[in-house]
Amino acid sequence: MWEAIQANKRKSVVLIGLLAGVLVALGYFAGVAFDPQAGRFGILTAVGLWFILMAVALAGGKRILLATSGAREVTREQAPQLYNIVEEMKIASGLPAMPKVFIIDSDAPNAFAVGLRPENSAVAVTTGLLARLNRDELQGVIAHEIGHIANRDTLFMTLAGMTVGAIIILADVFLRGMWITGGSRRRSSRGGGQAAAIMAIVAVILAVLAPMLGQILYFACSRKREYLADASAAQFTRYPEGLASALEKIAGYHGTNMQVSKAVAPMFTVNPLAAAGSARSLFSTHPPTADRIQVLRAMAGGSLTAYDQAFRKLHGDQAILGARTLAGAQDVEVRPARVQKKVTQAEQLRAAKDILNQAARFATIACACGLRIKLPPGFDEKSVRCPRCGRYHTVPSPDLLAGAAALQTVRIVHTDDAADEQAHLHSGGAGR
Amino acid sequence: MVGILILLAVIVIVAFALIGMYNGLVALRNQVKNAWAQIDVQLKRRHDLIPNLVETAKGYVKHERETLENITKARNLAVQAGGAGAAAAGKAEGALGDALSKFFLVVENYPDLKANQNFLALQEELSSTENKVGFARQFYNDAVMKYNTQTESFPSNVVAGMFGFKKAEFFEITVAAEREVPKVQF
Repeated sequence: MWEAIQANKRKSVVLIGLLAGVLVALGYFAGVAFDPQAGRFGILTAVGLWFILMAVALAGGKRILLATSGAREVTREQAPQLYNIVEEMKIASGLPAMPKVFIIDSDAPNAFAVGLRPENSAVAVTTGLLARLNRDELQGVIAHEIGHIANRDTLFMTLAGMTVGAIIILADVFLRGMWITGGSRRRSSRGGGQAAAIMAIVAVILAVLAPMLGQILYFACSRKREYLADASAAQFTRYPEGLASALEKIAGYHGTNMQVSKAVAPMFTVNPLAAAGSARSLFSTHPPTADRIQVLRAMAGGSLTAYDQAFRKLHGDQAILGARTLAGAQDVEVRPARVQKKVTQAEQLRAAKDILNQAARFATIACACGLRIKLPPGFDEKSVRCPRCGRYHTVPSPDLLAGAAALQTVRIVHTDDAADEQAHLHSGGAGR
Repeated sequence: MVGILILLAVIVIVAFALIGMYNGLVALRNQVKNAWAQIDVQLKRRHDLIPNLVETAKGYVKHERETLENITKARNLAVQAGGAGAAAAGKAEGALGDALSKFFLVVENYPDLKANQNFLALQEELSSTENKVGFARQFYNDAVMKYNTQTESFPSNVVAGMFGFKKAEFFEITVAAEREVPKVQF
């Protein structure tokens, strides 16, 4: 567990260092290509660009992500089972703090995790996911997300993503600049000589190759971290079949995709943008779902070692977990499946929607005809007529007003939270 | 002169190695302590839920006084064992688990109790707490294993011996031999 984090950290530092090196080199050569004296200016531009992207990502990453996906925070009282499952996985992973729990109103079954530090993280699941999965499967998915947080994938993918982003922008600007000014021609006439021409060629080659290499590296890491999160999920739950069968159900979904930006795709359980079971490619954030299921089902136990063995068996002896990670792992048995209550998907979906409505501070009036009328917060009529039977009901206005007011405060609290997080990151960065 | 310098260098290197090992052992021991605290929280929660459960069930299961008394007895023993280390706690928790599972088998004969909302909520809370105890135990035992391996293997065992780092106890919930997976009939 701790070894996995340590090994991850080391590799992450190496990879981000590599990407940063490429970025700085690109900045230098791009600068020199325009003017032999501009090497330092090029580096400064590259680093400045990186800082701007990082600032944007750190300042609002969590807020932007949760806002764009239309997520709503739920409490223990509103969603006891979901909250319990998250807490179980928090305990199993040894996270220092309970992640916040969010529900997203979307029929596409998916889940994601955010939070740059494990002390301040969140997991979100869609109503579509809650509707389709049983308790064991939901536990598997939550364990996968908590695995991302525990392995520091959230932090790492943000850092790596922003660095690759800076490389892409810089290379693009440089190539366009060369196109317009003609680059080296101007300088060679000034007598810069052959050296400058070589510099310019190096710069162009770098500008063409670096973005591609950066992306390939980034996506390879993203895929590897998906496997790692799967391994962690199996280890936390001691029940790989839960996640495997959840993935199967998610892959079997052929409805509308979720509306998310490319930048946040690596944080989901399965790629929200790709069609189900898409092929292996250098440019995909997630490994093929079918392959992930196969590895999970080939596990002979519930440990990281068992996951590594299963992975090796299916991938021609290729290793997925480092030797140091496995050294501390002990063999554990898979626990038996739990007895599940039979609940239909429609019932589960209704339960999920009820939680969402409760979190959104809707008031529910149970009409004598059996219909349940849901009123949004801030609804300011004195009475409401049942659309089915025509009975009149008094509106619980104080509740709805209180709900609207509470939502307002929640929004303010969230802003404070983000500022707090930013401050922490700042002081952390200065200390190191 | 050179000999003294080499000697000094060796002493400094050894000192640093010892400090590193000592700090590593302290970190692992703290991890074990923290992991145990997690288990403790969940066990306390379990103990707190049981009086409510007994209170709710009392009115419905008048003929099962013995079963309820057994639960209360086992619960009180488990509370007492809480401060007496992992092995004692594991035994008492096992007995409590037995008493509870017997009770839930009995409950099958009382449809009124099974339909009680309060009882259902308590049942979900109890079973989730039991899961949490399980996961906390998993994490704790991993921590204990790492710590014990470190205190036993050379050269850190020398440091462990010097500063009195004792082996930690695993936490196993010992269940009675005759207890089997309860058969649920539909």
